[in-house]
Amino acid sequence: MNRDAKTPTAPDQFADEWAGQKYSLVRRFTGYLGMLLCVAVIGLPVYWMVIGAFKVSQEIYQVPPTWLPKQPTLANFVDAWQAAPFGRYYVNTLITTLFGSGFEVFFAVTSAFAFAFLRFPQKELLFLILLAALMVPTQVTILPNYLTIAQLGWINTYQGIVVPGAAVAYGTFLLRQYFRTLPHEVMDAAKVDGAGHLRTLWSIVLPLARPAIVTMALLSIVAKWNDFLWPLLVTNTREMRVLPIGIFWLMVEEGTINWGVVMAGTLFVVVPVVLVFLYAQRYVVDGIAAGAVKG
Amino acid sequence: MRRFSAAEKREWGLFALLVSPNLFLLGVFTYWPLIYNGYLSFVRWDLLSPVKIWVGWSNYTYLFTSPDFGAILFNTLFFTLGSVVALCVLGLAVALLLNQKLRWRNSARSVIFSPVMLSGAAIGIVWIYIFDPRYGLLDVLIRLAGMRSPNWLLDPNWAMLAVIIVHVWKNLGYAVVILLAGLQAIPKELYEAAGVDGAGSIARFRAVTLPGLSPVLFFLVLTSILAGFQSFDIVKVMTEGGPIRSTTTLIYALYQEGFVAFNAGRAGVASVLLFGIMLVFTIVQFRYSEKNVHYA
Repeated sequence: MNRDAKTPTAPDQFADEWAGQKYSLVRRFTGYLGMLLCVAVIGLPVYWMVIGAFKVSQEIYQVPPTWLPKQPTLANFVDAWQAAPFGRYYVNTLITTLFGSGFEVFFAVTSAFAFAFLRFPQKELLFLILLAALMVPTQVTILPNYLTIAQLGWINTYQGIVVPGAAVAYGTFLLRQYFRTLPHEVMDAAKVDGAGHLRTLWSIVLPLARPAIVTMALLSIVAKWNDFLWPLLVTNTREMRVLPIGIFWLMVEEGTINWGVVMAGTLFVVVPVVLVFLYAQRYVVDGIAAGAVKG
Repeated sequence: MRRFSAAEKREWGLFALLVSPNLFLLGVFTYWPLIYNGYLSFVRWDLLSPVKIWVGWSNYTYLFTSPDFGAILFNTLFFTLGSVVALCVLGLAVALLLNQKLRWRNSARSVIFSPVMLSGAAIGIVWIYIFDPRYGLLDVLIRLAGMRSPNWLLDPNWAMLAVIIVHVWKNLGYAVVILLAGLQAIPKELYEAAGVDGAGSIARFRAVTLPGLSPVLFFLVLTSILAGFQSFDIVKVMTEGGPIRSTTTLIYALYQEGFVAFNAGRAGVASVLLFGIMLVFTIVQFRYSEKNVHYA
């Protein structure tokens, strides 16, 4: 084959480059347009919620609706706070989230450490038993668990909300995988230095596995904060409601007659999570991506 | 027989100490419910009375012959399949878009991901307001196209679509993040090789992108199916399974039989059924990740 025949002549090369540039300009334009569209589709409902919370009542029910509150008001937030005990809801949600996630992280770290580094007869079998729990979605356990909690007299208590969700199979699995990738030399060095197992866990494994643990903790915190089904079942007094249940009842009570107040209430629920996400989005997004690509 | 050193025995003790609380709680709140669900599915009981009446298979026959059951199964499949297809197609489109070298694409990814983090109950409530045919955001947009909004949540023909829209809107970011990670894991050399062979962008998509993405796509399909079967809060908040049961899925039927109608037997059957269906998909996912996932 004659190689020279394929070498482009100078003018052709310029034409190609020009065409390539034009192509990439069009492509970039459509790219940014598409990105704008995506952000708009996801962002508009959120924007609608935020401006709804700042609109006075007449403006909400005005046709056609306004895109900016004409007389921005904070009254909806005050009204929402008075219509439902949001202070109490915050306390309840904080307690159940902190204890719920705290237990999950604690159990995941300790179990994963034991399964990764300690000897025990039939350890692999025990690990399989733990893994099998991944096949049981919490939704199918609600009725028996409700009966168990009722039997214990734990309806309308914090432990009733927290304890059934405190054990953790998935987190244990993930952390065990992660612990096993830690350099063995460091672990052995600790042993030679005479460090006990718990010492090794505390001062070597925990610092090395920090990113994995933080990701797990964040996902757990968000899941507990947003949990709806279980707290709905095991609480039936106003005082014991958590935020997602509280906002549901606020909607049932105020609903379509007072959207501004309800939107202010939903902001009470979502703003703390948004703040956590802004602060820690890298951990969360990368952690989820890693879960798919690496397993 | 081997004799165990004192150190090894101490290690056993520590192992037991560290693992048993977790395993104990899993036993009580994960495994025991499975057995108990099985038992409940064979009794008639209102959750209150001291006696449970053994009724054999009659809860099952009742369910399988009731006309509602077909509708519930259909709703569940429609919701799950509809949202999985939408999540994969839209997720892939957005992921391909964000895989280009564009400025602000990481910020766009964060914005698109953010609804995943928000309370499903709060999201559902916001969307009731958006779907409102008189003052809602969606009506404003539909009017721009010269039409009028349907009565989304009060019309049995539209309610399921509305619920699917919200579920997809909330979970799109999850699909995008996963597919984007998958796209970025495809080796650049493959594209370069295809480029040398003169493959156009569509040919490259079919020859390199799709095969390279298939493990991640498969993972996404399965996790989305499982998430679809479990979706509860959006339905509860937006439609309570209505109107005329048009959005009652299996998980919602379970809740309604158990905690609204106080019919433990029928809720037991729904639990057994839901568990059985999801078990199949979970096992497929496990089998698959065993084969294809390489742990470091």
